[in-house]
Amino acid sequence: MNEQGTNYIGQPVLRVEDDSFLRGKGQYVDDVKVPNTFHVAFVRSQMGHAIISRIDTGEAQAVPGVLAVLTADDLKEALHSLRLPLAFPAGKLDGTAMPPVLASTEVAYVGEALAMVVAESRHVAEDAVDLVYVDYDECPALVDPREAMKNNADRALSDTLSNCFTTIKIDYGDCDSAFDTAAHVFHETFFLHRGAAHPMEGRGILSVVDPGSGAVTLWASTQASHELRNTAAEMLMKSNDDVRVIPCDVGGGFGSKFMVYPEEIAVAAASVILKVPVKWVEDRREHFLSAIQERDQYWDIEVAVSEKGTLQAIRGQMIHDQGAYAPHAITVPYNSASSIIGAYVLPSYKLEAHVIRTNKPPVIPVRGAGYQQGTFVIERIMDRIAEELDEDRGEIRRRNLIKSSQMPYSTGLKNRAGAPVVYDSGDYLACQKEALLAADYKGFPERQAAARREGRYIGLGMAHGVKCTGRGPFETATVRVSTSGEVSVYTGANAVGQSTKTTLAQICADKLGVNIEQIKVICGDTAYVQYGLGAFGSRQTMMAGNAVAFAAREVREKALEVARQLFKTSKGTPISKINRKLFVENGHIRLTDDPEIEISLSHIASIMRGAAGYSFPNDVGVGLEATHHFRADQMAYANGFHVCETEVALDTGHVKINRYLAVHDCGKIINPLTAVGQIQGGIVHGIGNALFEQMLYDGNAQPITITFADYLLTTATEAPNIDCRFRETLSPLNPLGIKGVGEVSVIPVTAAVISAVENALSPFGIHIREAPITPIRLIELIEQASASSL
Amino acid sequence: MPTAEYIQNITLSVNGESYTSQAEPRTSLADFLRYNLELTGTHIGCEHGVCGACTVLIDGNSMRSCLMFAVQAEGKEIATVEGLAEGNQLNSLQKAFWERHGLQCGFCTSGILMTLTEYFEINSEYSEKTIRDVLSGHICRCTGYESIVAAALDVANSKEAGNE
Repeated sequence: MNEQGTNYIGQPVLRVEDDSFLRGKGQYVDDVKVPNTFHVAFVRSQMGHAIISRIDTGEAQAVPGVLAVLTADDLKEALHSLRLPLAFPAGKLDGTAMPPVLASTEVAYVGEALAMVVAESRHVAEDAVDLVYVDYDECPALVDPREAMKNNADRALSDTLSNCFTTIKIDYGDCDSAFDTAAHVFHETFFLHRGAAHPMEGRGILSVVDPGSGAVTLWASTQASHELRNTAAEMLMKSNDDVRVIPCDVGGGFGSKFMVYPEEIAVAAASVILKVPVKWVEDRREHFLSAIQERDQYWDIEVAVSEKGTLQAIRGQMIHDQGAYAPHAITVPYNSASSIIGAYVLPSYKLEAHVIRTNKPPVIPVRGAGYQQGTFVIERIMDRIAEELDEDRGEIRRRNLIKSSQMPYSTGLKNRAGAPVVYDSGDYLACQKEALLAADYKGFPERQAAARREGRYIGLGMAHGVKCTGRGPFETATVRVSTSGEVSVYTGANAVGQSTKTTLAQICADKLGVNIEQIKVICGDTAYVQYGLGAFGSRQTMMAGNAVAFAAREVREKALEVARQLFKTSKGTPISKINRKLFVENGHIRLTDDPEIEISLSHIASIMRGAAGYSFPNDVGVGLEATHHFRADQMAYANGFHVCETEVALDTGHVKINRYLAVHDCGKIINPLTAVGQIQGGIVHGIGNALFEQMLYDGNAQPITITFADYLLTTATEAPNIDCRFRETLSPLNPLGIKGVGEVSVIPVTAAVISAVENALSPFGIHIREAPITPIRLIELIEQASASSL
Repeated sequence: MPTAEYIQNITLSVNGESYTSQAEPRTSLADFLRYNLELTGTHIGCEHGVCGACTVLIDGNSMRSCLMFAVQAEGKEIATVEGLAEGNQLNSLQKAFWERHGLQCGFCTSGILMTLTEYFEINSEYSEKTIRDVLSGHICRCTGYESIVAAALDVANSKEAGNE
């Protein structure tokens, strides 16, 4: 119990979001009903790469119920540009890194939108899409980035000088000397694939234009309302204040709703041009075809280690398949390249990461944001060092870990803005020790031997993961007490399923001194919050949470000041004249030792809203409210250590996960119930990346996995129960000591699972240097290993 | 192309209430529930029958409402998520989901609740294995399923203890 008489922070408080969801009363974008709304279906490229010679919309226009068929030309009048603006200050990338709103001269991937039908229903719109005739002059499609980066390769997009967006160069320490003097040098190659985000609700937007003012309201399924508001305003040539984004309930994001998409701008433009409400709700096929993905990386590196197996240097190159555009610049490949450090001391590191354009949908981060790939590389290297030196895998890791005494630890890397990357806090060894003990790591060889005597192949894998969280530069919160006594929290954070409303309500309740039932959290509505950044980078509990804490405290202080000025004790002494403590408890201001005094916050709120012509408290601002922009220029580093046990069926290649254990340090845990939910969900997402999810394209860049029957997500029968534990090393970077939870759990999973699979198959001498590893591929590896050992 | 001549009158019962509305024969039951009857608690996640978000009960049997035409549901008794709560009170399954944090974004939840409602209707013995088996017809991207299984097991334990 804190001095406000509440005790929410750190407790497994049940979610404030759930009641409406459980009753089917959530309001997702497709549930928002505005009269006279017209519906959009997009005409999408059927070619991986082609020049558009003609788009014939005549027959489609004539379909009864069709209001309009719009191409890029038709959108010109409403838009400042037909290409999206660069979303990030992306250094060397030029405008061709960004996708067009509707493709007009050239399509660069299958699924790219090139026209839109606006009709009275989605059914009619889809009918008409089939009657839009597009003449394509097919161009060679670039599928493999290793081919696309060759000098003589065809271009994935015309009028570009090269298929290489940019080459990221990381170089610190004296790498070459380290290789000259190293006791051991290993060469490794890795292939890493990661599919799409696949929230269960796809993308969607509803645009309504006020006929008088021309102001635009966008109901959107988004992770970043303010980015959408800013981009839409810029594109529609309107003031930021004439565009409002109202985020609906969002059916998951996982990265896919962080970007402003061409379709969203096209829908807004269509509503401006046609002067009717226009809605587009993505179907699953469209998500497969045109939502962002994380895709492929090819790593080729050398590792120098000391006699004792400590890392001395890593050098090499990575090729990243970026797809046709780079709407968030180099985030994923940069994160992969930099996250190779993981939990370890790496004295020198030199890497060239080539970011290559191919004819596939664009890459921006999926939950984990490229960290999974770098982590896979370094964790597989740890296993390799242990194997080569015939040492224990846990021991080799221990020798290489950054020690808690080294915190804050300057990694040697520079971030995207050029500032040093510094890990703020954490005790990686403690997490490892706790997890290995809980997993009975010592007893595993015996369990493994016993299983093998029964003809069963079980294996254990482990991996550390470290993730920067709480990305800045700021987040906003306004806390306002209504005269009804209810408290509203407005924030630029976006609620997309991560329990943000609950955690922010907990923080507000404790810092202000009210019951959580009195608090309503409104996320990401740009009419209430002018400056916000939204849901990405595991940031909201830390950034918005601290903003709420500051704002709530300020409201409390304000209320106390008004009470001091205006109220008297039960004996008639002005409160300001006595030297006893005032405090806020359960929505009331009380005075120590004087139970008679009880001034409700709602009463103060009614004073603070003023009465015409009457006096007002001195030296306090109007309204019982406060706004705080919490700033953080440095990121807090969350970490975790995972142990996984698998059993592999030699005949089918089936991998069963028998046990999964995770020890995480995410700083102060605001709500253990929802934090565990984040960890479990992230791990099962990672299991999909390790074993199931594959977004495949054929040689013409035609996607071949565009249903959930082809592209497999983990289901309940494959997902293990997860033993999840927390250690709390408070981050020194924010008053609440928070680090983010949302992504760190997904990061070590691929490495841990595949390490366990490899360990299970150790009698065959198999090395797995790729992810995902499907049953067919596993059998292939087993057969190859058996053949070569003959 | 569809024209008015194909429009059908469809009468069916949802959560005990009778509805009549007009739709084309190609209208899926999911679209009919959502757009004609404005019962938007049933969600559409994939429209190819894999994700399970649109699951409803038809005469007590769980069905993908995205794979069934509204005309096929003529005269049927349909149960959707909107009918689960007992007045203002969440029912025991809904409560268990709340207490166990069995949902995050909430989008897949309606379908899962309907499948589990059927599971508890037609079975008298329950186990984690059979719960996971019926849940395997659903995709949840948020939770990792464990909390959903825990919620279902809470209901199972309560039923087995004779509390319901």
